[in-house]
Amino acid sequence: MLNRRQVLAGAAALAGTQFAMPAFAQNAPIRIGMLSVKSGALATGGRQMEDGFQLFLKERGNTIAGRPVEFIVADTGGQPALAKTRAQELVQRSNVHMIVGPVAAFEALAINDYLAEAQVPFICSSAAAEDLTQRKLNPWFVRTSSTSAQPCHPLGEYAAKELGYKKVITIADDFAFGQEQTAGFQRVFEANGGSIANKLWAPLNAADYGSYISQISGVDAVFAAFSGANGLRFLRQYNEYGLKGQIPVISAMTTVDEGVLHTMGDEALGIISAGWYSAGLDTPHNNSFVEQLRKVTGVDPGFYSVGAYSAGLALEAALKTVGGKAEDKQGLITALKKAEVVNDPRGPWKFDRYGNPVENIYIRKVERKGDRLVNTVIKTYDQVSQFWTYPPERFLAEPVYSRSNPTKI
Amino acid sequence: MKSAVLFFLTAIACILPFLLPGNFYLGIATQILVYGLFAVSVNILAGYGGMVSLGHAGFLGVAAYTYAVTSGTYGFSPWTAVGAALVIGTATAAVFGLIALRTSGLSFLMITLALGQIVWGVAFRYTDLTNGDNGISLGRGTVISSDPLTLYYVCLAVLACVMILLAAFIRSPLGAAVKGVRDQPRRMSTLGYNTWTIRYIAYIVSGFVATVSGILYVQIFQFISPHALSLTVSSEAVLMVIAGGIGTLFGPLFGAGVVVLLKNVASAYTDRWPTLLGCIFLFIIIAMPEGLLPGTRRILAGLASALRKGAPRTASLQQNPRAR
Repeated sequence: MLNRRQVLAGAAALAGTQFAMPAFAQNAPIRIGMLSVKSGALATGGRQMEDGFQLFLKERGNTIAGRPVEFIVADTGGQPALAKTRAQELVQRSNVHMIVGPVAAFEALAINDYLAEAQVPFICSSAAAEDLTQRKLNPWFVRTSSTSAQPCHPLGEYAAKELGYKKVITIADDFAFGQEQTAGFQRVFEANGGSIANKLWAPLNAADYGSYISQISGVDAVFAAFSGANGLRFLRQYNEYGLKGQIPVISAMTTVDEGVLHTMGDEALGIISAGWYSAGLDTPHNNSFVEQLRKVTGVDPGFYSVGAYSAGLALEAALKTVGGKAEDKQGLITALKKAEVVNDPRGPWKFDRYGNPVENIYIRKVERKGDRLVNTVIKTYDQVSQFWTYPPERFLAEPVYSRSNPTKI
Repeated sequence: MKSAVLFFLTAIACILPFLLPGNFYLGIATQILVYGLFAVSVNILAGYGGMVSLGHAGFLGVAAYTYAVTSGTYGFSPWTAVGAALVIGTATAAVFGLIALRTSGLSFLMITLALGQIVWGVAFRYTDLTNGDNGISLGRGTVISSDPLTLYYVCLAVLACVMILLAAFIRSPLGAAVKGVRDQPRRMSTLGYNTWTIRYIAYIVSGFVATVSGILYVQIFQFISPHALSLTVSSEAVLMVIAGGIGTLFGPLFGAGVVVLLKNVASAYTDRWPTLLGCIFLFIIIAMPEGLLPGTRRILAGLASALRKGAPRTASLQQNPRAR
C-alpha cells in the first residue's frame, strides 16, 4: 500500500528500497523480525534467544511451509524507548510479517500497544509479565514461555504438601518479574496451609546479599527468585554463610536456569525448583534439541533458548495451517492461537484463549551428572494453566501480582 | 548570513516529512526534536548558567508520569494532563532548585544526580501509582495524537516556540545576568545582583523546558517506565550538549541529532554502535572541543577566509575561548 508520503518520496527518487514489495509469490521469503539485546546487562539472554531460534531455522533448512525465511535481528539495548523504535523499524522498514522476542517484560510492554495498532503478530518468546496475557490483552499477542507465576503456583503446593514445609522466607529480585514469581508461590503455599515468615527484596544490582542472608533463620526453607547472574551470586554467598545444608533453598525457574547453571558449582546441588522446561528431560525431542544446541553453544539450553525455539515451532505449525501465507496476518494469528505444539523439547503444549501456554510444569532438583549440573525432573504437573486451579474470571478480577499482593504475612 | 542559515534549516524542518521515505524515519526525526528539546533544557543550566546537572531526566520523568497517570490511569482529557504535567513538573523544579542551589560545582553535580535518582527510585518502587518497572502504556485516546505527521509538527512547533522564547530570554538583561553569574559570580554579587535568585530562575526555566520535553516524550513513545528516568538518559543529554556545543542556542539540537541517529540508524547496520558512538565523541572532543556547531562554524569561517586570499586569518580561526 502506498500512501501520499511514499508516493512523494518515490517522486523525489529518494529511496526505492523502502517500498513494501507485494509478496504474493510463494517463493518470496517470510520475513521474521526478532527483537534481541546485544549490548548491556541483558545481552546474555538475548544471545541465548537468538541461538534457540537460529537452531530452529537451521534444522528446517531456513524454510518454513515451503517458503524461505529472512531472519532479521534488531538490538534494543534493553531500553524500552529503543525497543519501540526497533519494532517500528522492523515493521515499517523491513516489512516483517511477525515479531519474535523481546528479552525483558518492560520491552514487551513498551511495544505491545504499537504492535496491536500495527496489527503485527507478536510471538513473545520470553517476557513473562503476567498482564500481557491477563489484563492487558492484545489480540495480536501470543507467548511461548509462561507467565512469571505459572511455575511458582505448583511449587507452592509441592512445598507445602510433598516437602511438608510450614514456614518459608522468600527472597527475590526487586522488580516485577521477581515480585510476580514470589506472589504466585506465596498465594498457593498459603492456600495449602503454609505461612510466609518474611519477604525480602534485593535490588537488581545488589552487590552483596549478606544483609539479606543474615535475616534468614527459624524457617523450614527459603524461596529464591532471581534472574541472570544474581542467582549464582546469591547461592554462592548463601553457601559461604554456612546456611546450605541447614535451611534448604527452593527456587523459581530462572534462579537455577540452565543458562547460568553451568557456571555454578556445589552450592547449587540439591536445590528444588519449578519450571516449564529442564534440559534433563528424557524425551526424544529434547535429547536431540539439547545435543544440537550444545554443539552450537557448548552449554545446555535454558529459558531463553527454549522459548525462542518453541516460538519457531508454534510459528511453523501456524504457517502450515495457512499454507505459508505469512501476509495473511489475521489468518496467521488465528492459526497461531489454535496451534498445538507436540514436538516441543519441553513436552506438548497449547495456547489458552489468552495466548499463554498451557504446559507441563516440572519440579526439578539440581544434581551432578558427569561433569555438569542438571535439573533432574522429580515430579510433573500436567498441563498447568497460567491461572493454576483458579477460575480465570475470578483470577482476572483481582489486581495483578505485585510486591504487596498477596499481602505480606 | 546567520539568519539565512536559520531560515534554510527551518524550511527544511517544515518540509522534512515529505522528503523522508517512511513513517519510521519520521519517527526518528520527531525523536530528535524531543531529545533536542531535552538537551536544550540541560544547556540552559549547563551552558548559560554554568551548572551541569545530572538529574534532568527526573523532570522529564515527573512530567511524563504526571501525564500518564492523569490521562491514562484517571482518564482526564489529554489537555488537562498537559496542564497538570506542566504545573507539577515545574513545581518539582522549583523545589529541587531550593535544595540543589545550596551548592555549586562538583557538589551541584552530585546533588542533582541524587535528586534524579530519588525520582527514579519513586518511579521504580511506588508501584501502585507508577506500575513499577513495567511502566505505564498509553492507548490511542489518551495522547494528543498518535498520527506520526501531526506529532512531528506538534513537536516542531513546540520546539520553535521554546527556541524563540529562549533566544529572547538569553538576550534579555536577565539572560545577560545569568551568563554574568556564570562567569563572574563574585563581581556580579558585588555589583548588587542577587546571584542566588538569578541561578534559581535559570534552574526553574531549565526545569520547565525539561517538563515540556517530558510531555512530548510520552506523546511519541506512548509509554513511560523508570528507564526513561535513569542516569543514562541524564548523562546522554549532557553528552548531546557537549557534542553539539555547550552554551550555544542550537548546538544541543545538533548533538541530539547525532546521538539519536547513531542509536537508531547506525545500530541497524552494526552491533558495535555503542563503540561507534564513543569514537565519534572522541573525534568531536579532539577535532572540535567546543562542540559540533561552533566547531563547524570555526572551520567554515577558516575556509572562507582562506578562500579570500590575503584576508588575515585571525579571530575567526581561533577557538572559542569559552570552550570547555
